[in-house]
Amino acid sequence: MPSILSISGVSKTYATGFTALKEVNLDIQRGEIFALLGPNGAGKTTLISIVCGIVNRSSGTVTVDGHDINKDYRAARSLIGLVPQELTIDAFESVWATVNYSRGLFGKPANPAFVEKVLRDLSLWDKKDAKAITLSGGMKRRLMIAKALSHEPRVLFLDEPTAGVDVELRQDMWAMVRRLREDGVTIILTTHYIEEAEAMADRVGVINRGEIILVENKVELMRKLGRKRLVLELRNPLTAIPEAFSRYALELSPDGGQLTYTYDNQAERPGVASLIRDLEAGGIQFRDIDTQNSSLEEIFVNLVRREP
Amino acid sequence: MNLRAVWAIYRMEMARAFRTVLQSIVSPVISTSLYFVVFGSAIGSRITEIDGISYGAFIVPGLIMLSLLTQSISNASFAIYFPKFVGSIYELLSAPVSYLEIVIAYVGGAATKSIILGLIILATASLFVPLTILHPFWMLTFLVLTAVTFSLFGFIIGIWAKSFEQLQLVPLLIITPLTFLGGSFYSINMLPGIWRTVTLFNPVVYLISGFRWSFYGKSDVSVGVSLGMTVVFLLVCITIVAWIFRTGYRLRN
Repeated sequence: MPSILSISGVSKTYATGFTALKEVNLDIQRGEIFALLGPNGAGKTTLISIVCGIVNRSSGTVTVDGHDINKDYRAARSLIGLVPQELTIDAFESVWATVNYSRGLFGKPANPAFVEKVLRDLSLWDKKDAKAITLSGGMKRRLMIAKALSHEPRVLFLDEPTAGVDVELRQDMWAMVRRLREDGVTIILTTHYIEEAEAMADRVGVINRGEIILVENKVELMRKLGRKRLVLELRNPLTAIPEAFSRYALELSPDGGQLTYTYDNQAERPGVASLIRDLEAGGIQFRDIDTQNSSLEEIFVNLVRREP
Repeated sequence: MNLRAVWAIYRMEMARAFRTVLQSIVSPVISTSLYFVVFGSAIGSRITEIDGISYGAFIVPGLIMLSLLTQSISNASFAIYFPKFVGSIYELLSAPVSYLEIVIAYVGGAATKSIILGLIILATASLFVPLTILHPFWMLTFLVLTAVTFSLFGFIIGIWAKSFEQLQLVPLLIITPLTFLGGSFYSINMLPGIWRTVTLFNPVVYLISGFRWSFYGKSDVSVGVSLGMTVVFLLVCITIVAWIFRTGYRLRN
């Protein structure tokens, strides 16, 4: 699949001397949902801001659908919609005025029918004459999305779209993102909620300390880096893990009734069979057994921790 | 050229003025009327005329300039500072608009508002004193040039300012004193020799003098010099704005 966004060798050092990005290379494929994960201060927002033209980069090149963001900034920027992390709206404008303003700002002719559709899709139509300042936090977030969608972008950046949003609205947003993808819009989202990436993303990128440390298909990533857990419910609680089992990565629950074995599911010999054999031989009986896959969150935490 | 963007920004700025009509239009009209009461009636009863012009009529061009300068600066500086302050400037910076378009829209909006205001003050003044405008073309030229120049200056202040305090600093500490000392309420020929020379370093003197000439055909300094100084200040502001956008000063860094 051809890439719609190409970031090559992008670095950013702020006037304060802080280096936010180091030689970042990233290609986003057309029509995919890409989740950019990273701890606070990793460089996610700086990277998005550079692509959108809000922050000047120190070096490197960025092209959007083949258009250089500097030399051909009009073509590049007109393809991009941005929903920033902060709720930053002109508080005294009406919903209708501010969304139409965004459309005009991006050079699109007035299209009341389209703007109405966007507002209806985001359950904002009833509030079209309300001033932004009177909206609830969740509605302001929808308004930010409406402004970004008003000019029909082909690439949509969602910077922490569901931060501070209730569960219902989060589900609505996920549904909206999927609808947009069906319409061919490429979506790049940054998030702290790993479940969001897990539920929606096609690919995941992890950024830490200004460097992209991994870009991988989500399913592949979970398969490769995923760890499994074997949970054994013991018939008789233990006070401590017997010495004979020290070679296994075992954890005993505080009440002594549950034994957890964590193992690498890619390993040639995960050790599950031998553990069960050894437990039987040692007279440790269990009444139930369960296995769990590690979540993207655990994979992410492990990746970031692994960095020096 | 992204004319739709220019229009969108311009319309938004004008809508703000009409939304805050009390602050934008009514309050300067009231304060101008008060100037007439205080300066025109109280002082005017003692100074009957200057250069053959009745004192009440003499101060009209100066009063219009006073409002034009302060309002152009405050309109433009607030217009660009407010989105910076609330963060909504992200949208402007990420939009497919050129620097020139941003300046045309914001400065155009601010200048339009202050020109409308200048004309309202002119109409208000005509209720108090009989007015003559000998050179209407030049009157409008000075009005537009000054409004555009000081809106540009306000735009620069709005980008430079990091706080509301800084936003008020330049208009309050520099522009208002320069306007009061720039011959709004007197002819600089009335000053003693040394102060007359000092006053010539005040750029506002040239604006007021040229503007007054367009009304009554009388000026403190030659009208060519007045026009020249206005254009020089305009070019200085354009140069600074161009530098701001080229470097991303306080916008993209």
